Amino acid sequence: MNFPFLTIITFTPLAAGLLILLFPAERKDEVRVTALAAAVIATALSLFVYFTYNSAAGGYQFIEKYDWVPQFGISYHVGVDGMSLPLVLLTSVVMLTGVLISWGLDDRPREFFAFLFILATGVFGVFVALDLFHLFFFYEIAVFPMYLLIAIWGWAKTREYAAMKLTLYLFIGSVVSLVGALAMYYTSGLNTFDMLRLAEANFSPEFQRLWFPFVFFGFAILGGIFPFHNWSPDGHVAAPTAVSMFHAGVLMKLGAFAALRVGIMLLPEGARFHMPWIVLLTLVNVVYGSFIAMVQKDLKYMIGFSSVSHMGLVAMAFTTLNREGYVGAGLQMFSHGVMTALFFACVGMIYDRAHTRMMPELGGISKKMPWVAVAFIIGGFTSMGMPGLSGFVAELPIFLGVWKAKAVDVSGYPQWLSWLANMAQQPWYFPAIALISAIAIVVTAAYVLRAVQKVFFGEISPEHDHHVGDVTVLDKTALSILVGLMILIGLYPTIMAPLIETGVMPILKLLKVA
Amino acid sequence: MFFILQHLLSLILFVPAVGALIVLRLPQDDENLLRWAAFILSLFPLGFALLLWARFDPNQPGFQFEEVAPWFTVINAGYHLGVDGISVPMVLLTTLLTPLAILFSFSIKEKVKAYMVLFLLLEAGMLGVFMALDLILFFLFWEVGLIPMYFLINIWGSANRQYASFKFFIYTMAGSVGLLLAIQTIGIALGSFDMVNAINNWPAFSDFIYGISPQTVRAIAFWAFTIAFAIKVPIWPFHTWLPDAHTEAPTAGSMILAGVLLKLGAYGFLRLVLPLYPAEAQTFAIVLGVLALMAIVMGALASFGQNDFKRLVAYSSVNHMGFVVLGIAVAAYVRGSGDPLNGIIAANGAVLQMFNHGLSAAGMFLLVGVIYDRTHTRDLNEFGGLFPLAPVYGGLLIFTSMASLGLPGLNGFVSEFMVVRGAFAVPAFTLITALSMIGLLMTGAYILKGIQKVLHGPVNPKWVGHSLEISTREIISIAPLLALMLIIGIWPSWLVGVINAAVTRLMG
Repeated sequence: MNFPFLTIITFTPLAAGLLILLFPAERKDEVRVTALAAAVIATALSLFVYFTYNSAAGGYQFIEKYDWVPQFGISYHVGVDGMSLPLVLLTSVVMLTGVLISWGLDDRPREFFAFLFILATGVFGVFVALDLFHLFFFYEIAVFPMYLLIAIWGWAKTREYAAMKLTLYLFIGSVVSLVGALAMYYTSGLNTFDMLRLAEANFSPEFQRLWFPFVFFGFAILGGIFPFHNWSPDGHVAAPTAVSMFHAGVLMKLGAFAALRVGIMLLPEGARFHMPWIVLLTLVNVVYGSFIAMVQKDLKYMIGFSSVSHMGLVAMAFTTLNREGYVGAGLQMFSHGVMTALFFACVGMIYDRAHTRMMPELGGISKKMPWVAVAFIIGGFTSMGMPGLSGFVAELPIFLGVWKAKAVDVSGYPQWLSWLANMAQQPWYFPAIALISAIAIVVTAAYVLRAVQKVFFGEISPEHDHHVGDVTVLDKTALSILVGLMILIGLYPTIMAPLIETGVMPILKLLKVA
Repeated sequence: MFFILQHLLSLILFVPAVGALIVLRLPQDDENLLRWAAFILSLFPLGFALLLWARFDPNQPGFQFEEVAPWFTVINAGYHLGVDGISVPMVLLTTLLTPLAILFSFSIKEKVKAYMVLFLLLEAGMLGVFMALDLILFFLFWEVGLIPMYFLINIWGSANRQYASFKFFIYTMAGSVGLLLAIQTIGIALGSFDMVNAINNWPAFSDFIYGISPQTVRAIAFWAFTIAFAIKVPIWPFHTWLPDAHTEAPTAGSMILAGVLLKLGAYGFLRLVLPLYPAEAQTFAIVLGVLALMAIVMGALASFGQNDFKRLVAYSSVNHMGFVVLGIAVAAYVRGSGDPLNGIIAANGAVLQMFNHGLSAAGMFLLVGVIYDRTHTRDLNEFGGLFPLAPVYGGLLIFTSMASLGLPGLNGFVSEFMVVRGAFAVPAFTLITALSMIGLLMTGAYILKGIQKVLHGPVNPKWVGHSLEISTREIISIAPLLALMLIIGIWPSWLVGVINAAVTRLMG
């Protein structure tokens, strides 16, 4: 495979974004068509890579490597494995559907799409990165346009606040992990940022235990881990629709993925040591997040908090350190990405027409927007883990993983934490966590049904009855793509699960649990 | 033909799902086309089920028409279908009731397309439960059936539908979370979710799980299964969702709810709880028996206390399903003991009662729906003396009520007699059985109350001049049920023969 697929996927959005900026501002249709073309190209290539990836061989494929700053051992080094490939596909799907549903955006679409696509390049760059510097480089590219997208096109009421909060949170996170990354770079003595080589650097256990929290939490902030999740609902809500889709659908995965790639894979001893207590934080994510979602009146906030709950499951899966858990994490990242992109798309469509997102003010929307209603309902069932949809396929292995998990290495906990070490070593520790997090399933069912009930059924207000219309064909296309993916994976998990498993196996080897 | 026989169960399972997709593609406004399409499509599974019935060999041990395919390989869950003598009658019942319910639903005017699509999906979900031989697959269908029913109640139900559908959904969902966790535990312990494998290996599983002794884990998992199924049956005191859901559901929804969905719980007991937890089931059989007694007596008393015709019928389901649970409890108690005969009789009665209640409850709800369609009230005090106004309807109502009451010569008598006969002979259950006769007495009371309030007494002048008579289409919808009630009442052995072989093997 010498054709640079991954490079093309990564830079297609950037190229399109720059091209779009060259158009005169008033030629909005050319801008949109260009954006769509770029999204289609990226999706087609991602699909091609997805289906030509050799699962039997596993490992990193489609590798490209060029020197970048050889003096510091920095290279342009990309490749995909079973863990990152679904996320590349996810990104291009969200990009495509994001463009489709933003077709009607009339406020400076040129700049909007340009920024959105720069962001997309950043995201692709992180998912395919095999070089630590490369990863950080694109990570920052992904975070920065978010500020502008929210601050300019966001919800007028909170956009400045949310954009600032989000950006500060994420920058702090990336600085913290960068410190950890630099520590790795200097300590390894290999003079390289190549992650494949750093993975073999044999850092001492003490080093790994010290730096793992920096790297892991620095990235996991973007994955919405408790108690650093607070930026995310605000950010989701303030962002314009396509950006919310990207944000919750893809960016949160970016955090989780980088925490896995850099934190867990480069510092596996640290992961073995710290995961037994981190799981408690993720438990808060899962359960508390669902309860907070339950009390929201704003539909978008509800979905924002449900993302916190569902991404908590990804982080919880990371703490299991076993095959089921990690396969579930991979599936959940994809599934949640599709599902939450769908949710935000639906909310955006409703808000555009009804000019409110407050559940008590909405009602009877299904009469006016049947496609949105059906899509939202299917998404809702996915989020409550209904079998036959992708959420179940993802959450089931996660739960299996948690049941099976064991605290492998807690002997070095400090004296004042010895009670925790003792508790974590009990065979009931992880099963108890599985049981408690099961509460979230019921709570999720409750808030999803309540929202469906309030928004789509019941009486429509006369004002909405008058002016709310149905969505466009493009919107319907976008919704169909997302819903189709959830059903496809739900009914036929074999299309994705074994691929992810090939990506999980090497991780387990690093963790010395396979 | 070879292909059909090889994949008979998959065909039964997927034809409704494919049918739903076909209906989905039909034009929205041609309501008659939608109705007929759904009806005709629902006849295909019935045809396949009849073929299944004809080709099924009751004397062959184990599961038949098995199909195995890889599905969710990462966690070792497979696509595994198969039927035995307990599931075949249930498959038949489901495929029979669905076309009848659809036929009755021709009077639905609102959102016909969505209604028909949901109905076909509902059928697929229910059939999947009866045929799945993989725990995850079982759970999948178990949950999938919930969604269409939720919307059938929520969209087409009557006044209090939102509360009722929400309660129905959350209640069942809460029960299923425990079920799912217990299934996961079994999967982790055995490394596979295959039901046959689990039945063979789980009862004797002897390793510690999560540092807890296998006995304790099994006891907890037993209760997780039991509560999930108990909610669905429903067993007292988990029944409170049922009167609400039944009352608010559209008529055809109630028919399926009472006719098939409640059977899922009882089927779960027979298919999973008894084989997977023989020791625990034996230990707690008396508890189950007492709960069944409560369901029988309280259900009947509650039913008698209703003034809402539909609620009366709804509570009668609690009463009748109580006999199913009593039969299962007896079977659990004597299973594996030296003399399982009484248990076999009781279990036969339980399965037959499942089938019979499916017929009579569906028929009763249909008839309640007929009168409600015309009078727009379900209040028993609003009726009175309707017999002369609707003689055919009156005749059908009396016939169906008698089947429900357990009149000898009709189906209900046979199965309830078998349950009681089996239970009474087991010393531990003699008292329970004797007390349950109070419920049987009250059954007569509430059935007669229903008939009397609707058909007899002074004619309520309000309805004079209204045409209350049942229509031909509605008669066609109920006729097969009536015929089966009579046939089973007179000659039950065609059905019992199939059930008996499977139950005898189940009882060891």
